[in-house]
Amino acid sequence: MGKFNKKKDGDLPAVSTASLPDIVFMLLFFFMTVTTMKDSSLMVQNTLPNASEVKKLEKKDRVLYVYVGKPTSQYQKVFGSEPKIQLNDKFASVSEVGPFILQERAKKPQELQNVLTTALKVDKGANMGLISDIKQELRKVNALKINYTTYEGDAFRNLQ
Amino acid sequence: MSRRGGPPEVNAGSMADIAFLLLIFFLVTTTIETDAGLDRMLPPLEPPETDVVIKQKNIFTVNINKNGQLLVEEELTQLKDLRAKAMAFLDNGGSPSGTSDYCNYCKGRRDASSSDSPTKAIISLKNDRETKYGTYITVQNELVGAYNDLRNREAQRLYGRDFTEMEGQFLNPETPSRIRDELKDKVRRVQELFPQKLSEAQTSTAN
Repeated sequence: MGKFNKKKDGDLPAVSTASLPDIVFMLLFFFMTVTTMKDSSLMVQNTLPNASEVKKLEKKDRVLYVYVGKPTSQYQKVFGSEPKIQLNDKFASVSEVGPFILQERAKKPQELQNVLTTALKVDKGANMGLISDIKQELRKVNALKINYTTYEGDAFRNLQ
Repeated sequence: MSRRGGPPEVNAGSMADIAFLLLIFFLVTTTIETDAGLDRMLPPLEPPETDVVIKQKNIFTVNINKNGQLLVEEELTQLKDLRAKAMAFLDNGGSPSGTSDYCNYCKGRRDASSSDSPTKAIISLKNDRETKYGTYITVQNELVGAYNDLRNREAQRLYGRDFTEMEGQFLNPETPSRIRDELKDKVRRVQELFPQKLSEAQTSTAN
């Protein structure tokens, strides 16, 4: 009996946390591989419309983004509340879309320059007039492949 | 001076904290979702050199006004009826059998006053400058949906599976190249049966 007396008075043995870093690193690598960096912060309201017949936009390196929408509340004092275009991190006018596309295209590797897609992330409250102007600009610089980025969902919800 | 039992052990207790810090940083700065949307091709700015004459009956006109109302083939239409109307037009196959345009896979009404064949049929979409973008996307979605429904029907008949599923697998970069090569021909074939001819005319400025 005396042999086993020791344990009775002792506290609970400490749980070894030596493998905790390994677990956390595993999580870290998982998130590093499955996610992508946010490239620019939004300065416009961007509630995308819903559509059901969507295609996935694969290969992020081949996509250029154009954002359109009303400026968010912090910018409304300066820029007004009419829908505006955002390119990278600043507001732009319609005439700047063409040069922006050319500039971004020049940054891409040679073999990707002909397969670029322009993703239009447009707030569902925007007017088509502005979108038509953008499309006209895109045609001028021969960026003909576009993608109207949407959420996946029932398209009839857009009308409400 | 001499150390006993080798070098002293480095305390690794804070390793977990450092790793958590990194983990939280990556969680905050990254997004997990991939974007999805409707793919469209814009027409080139230079008009084609040869002027193509298109018969009026092969054009399906859709007009959206600034209040989001639809005028389809000169008829006021509800948005939910658009897909069925577009499908009826595309699938019509009005050419009589024996002519070169005869469409042997069409299941439509074969109305001589509507489109000749799916390869000839064109949908023309016009919108007002004040049309809401949400409405426009809904209309685009319905028209793309009409094409997809017809393509799915043909793909089911030919290969026993949906066209949209085949195309999704073909476009997915993770699909092995052997399967993609095989799919490529099938996808092409179905696309040629119902080529997507969706013309986006200039926005009307007049009221």
